[in-house]
Amino acid sequence: MSWLVENYDRLLVALWEHIQLVGVGLAISLALGLPLGVVAARRPGFAVFILLVSGALYTVPALAIFALLIPYLGLGFWPAIVALVAYALLIIIRNVSTGLRQVSPDILDAAQGMGYGPMRRLFAIELPLAMPVIVAGIRITVVTQVSVATVAAFINAGGLGDIIFQGITQDFGEKVVIGAVATSALAVACDEALRRIEMRLRAAQADAL
Amino acid sequence: MLQWIADNPRIFTVALQNHLWISAAALAAVLAIALPLGLALTRRRALAGAAIGIVNVLRTVPSLALLVIMLPVLGTGFLPSVVALTLYGLPALLLNTYTGLTEVDRDIVDAARGQGFSDRQVMTRIEIPLALPVVFAGVRTAAVQIVSAATLAAFIGGGGLGELITSGMANFNFPQLVAGALAVALLALAVELAFAALEWVMTRSTGLRD
Amino acid sequence: MIRLEAVSKMFPGAARPAVDALDLEVPSGRTCVLIGPSGCGKTTTMRMVNRLIEPSAGRIIVEGEDVTTVDPVGLRRRIGYVIQQVGLFPHMTIADNVAAVPRLLGWPEARIRERSAEMLSLVGLEPGQFLSRHPRHLSGGQRQRVGVARALAADPPVMLMDEPFGAIDPIVRGRLQEEFLDILRRLKKTVILVTHDIDEAIRMGDLVAIMRDGRLVQYDAPERLLAAPADGFVADFVGADRALRRLSLLRAMDVAEPGESGGLRLPGSLSARDVLSALLAEGRDVATILDGEGRAAGTLTLAAIQRLSVLDNPHPDGTGRA
Ligand SMILES: Nc1ncnc2c1ncn2[C@@H]1O[C@H](COP(=O)(O)OP(=O)(O)OP(=O)(O)O)[C@@H](O)[C@H]1O
Ligand SMILES: [Mg+2]
Repeated sequence: MSWLVENYDRLLVALWEHIQLVGVGLAISLALGLPLGVVAARRPGFAVFILLVSGALYTVPALAIFALLIPYLGLGFWPAIVALVAYALLIIIRNVSTGLRQVSPDILDAAQGMGYGPMRRLFAIELPLAMPVIVAGIRITVVTQVSVATVAAFINAGGLGDIIFQGITQDFGEKVVIGAVATSALAVACDEALRRIEMRLRAAQADAL
Repeated sequence: MLQWIADNPRIFTVALQNHLWISAAALAAVLAIALPLGLALTRRRALAGAAIGIVNVLRTVPSLALLVIMLPVLGTGFLPSVVALTLYGLPALLLNTYTGLTEVDRDIVDAARGQGFSDRQVMTRIEIPLALPVVFAGVRTAAVQIVSAATLAAFIGGGGLGELITSGMANFNFPQLVAGALAVALLALAVELAFAALEWVMTRSTGLRD
Repeated sequence: MIRLEAVSKMFPGAARPAVDALDLEVPSGRTCVLIGPSGCGKTTTMRMVNRLIEPSAGRIIVEGEDVTTVDPVGLRRRIGYVIQQVGLFPHMTIADNVAAVPRLLGWPEARIRERSAEMLSLVGLEPGQFLSRHPRHLSGGQRQRVGVARALAADPPVMLMDEPFGAIDPIVRGRLQEEFLDILRRLKKTVILVTHDIDEAIRMGDLVAIMRDGRLVQYDAPERLLAAPADGFVADFVGADRALRRLSLLRAMDVAEPGESGGLRLPGSLSARDVLSALLAEGRDVATILDGEGRAAGTLTLAAIQRLSVLDNPHPDGTGRA
């Protein structure tokens, strides 16, 4: 533990970098994924396409994606973000579109009958009702991104993976374990927090319906 | 990529063989552990809750963290890689085995017992065949996860296709890096497709779908 | 024969027994219908007979042997078992479903095949058309037919049936009840059948056992139950319209009065209740009852039917004591 005591500030910096990677990756994914998810909900063909691509992309190892981006984008933070968004985008689109399509047609019919326009209906009725499924997608996304961001240190994007890789090259076991435990703790904490939000949303919806 | 492979056939085949070996060994271990354990948990519901809690935490641990976390204890090489990948693939199969078995319709089990199936016959002729599609979906997920994460075994001296990527990076040998990355991506996709096809054939042969 | 002697079942943690010192005897070849409010212990009673539930006290004798002294798995292979949810094995063909118990018993394959086809024909399904299908391709009624064929396959002397028509739509239900009744009578099975439906109990039972809170309230032939309910609970249970139910037990042929009239011409196989509804629907007050060959065999008037419905029914208000 002596390394940690003397270098806790370096751990905190790495943690902050890691959170930035995940945070920026998630923000971009949501900005692109929400509207595309709405489109996918309206067009089954597009949804199937997204499902196929996301299934395929999901099997490709993160290290391979990073390696393949190097010749085009080089090293550093932004290339890592591109890979993180690539993984996340498809999950977000998939869950937004399933969430929207699960909204009962009766409710939509009632809303239309009450005079909601398509836009009002989307924002006031459909998206709130789809929220638990969307949050479930965000949860998968964040856990995946915490994991992928660890590997991003391979292309000099920083984060907790940096501590692990330094430990490996310096043959310094304690450092490796500290890096690994910190990433795991971050992933488990994010998962648990988002699980609770998801449960609360579901419970609130079950109460309301 | 093809050019680099053509120029270095030995390095490539050794890396590929290593990758397949590590993955196969881990998948075999996952099968050997998760199938009996999942079955046993359905008979001990009290333990099942705790076990599933642990597995759910294990499932969120990042692959790289899992691979390196035992480094000081197990050292580097083939065996530590297999151990880590086994832990990585375990949750998917264990959860699917458990849920597949517990979700078998209780009325069907009751009907079987009422007809005079012994406990063992209920398990082998009714519960296991009916759970098979879900169990096999778990095998498929575990296999793809393992093949994919085996890329990271390169960081703890396990070899495999990931090694082409890491040493390509270290030596600025970009053709090698790209060859390794493409090969591992294609391998993961191939495994996914192969298991999907197998799953389709198996599910049909159980008679549960047309 | 099935005999229950002071059988009780106390579930762990329950405040009172689900079945409480129950005595019940079903003579060989007869059908006993268990009926009563939800939770009164019908299913528990039935499942103790094939030891899917172990009795806490008492003895159960099936075909001369005390069930608690024999191997439960072997016992169940000698007792047909049919449940509301049918419980067909979805991964097996209809042939394999019907063959399940004969296979467990190690019958030769040739005999199993022959038997499966025979059983399907018995329950009114064309073997050539159904044997190789899977349960998911069958309607609810067809599934329950297969369920009964499966239970009958190893020719068990005893059958247990828990709400076998509960999930069948009402239109099909009536026909299925008729057919199963006919089969069970013909094969001389000893049957315990559980139901929620008093009409079904009266139609299918040689004997009807009315249960309440794990005890037997009245155990009688359906006519007796309708004519002389043991107490207010039974009278309420068989319902205020039990006069009509009684009519449904009477065959027009048997109660027709001699003579012939020009009115409606109806087959003698109908029940007195059917004749009544035909007369009311047509606005007539007399019908000519025909025999099997279509010849006039007698007449039934509205007045006669009315007399039949109250005959030896001492408590028309449904509250008295026998
Ligand atoms: N496995 C069990 N454990 C504990 N209690 C049980 C169990 N099975 C039944 N009971 C209880 O025993 C009582 C009788 O149940 P049973 O299923 O025999 O009723 P039933 O007459 O068949 O009711 P229904 O008409 O609703 O099917 C009920 O109070 C029920 O809650
Ligand atoms: Mg019941």
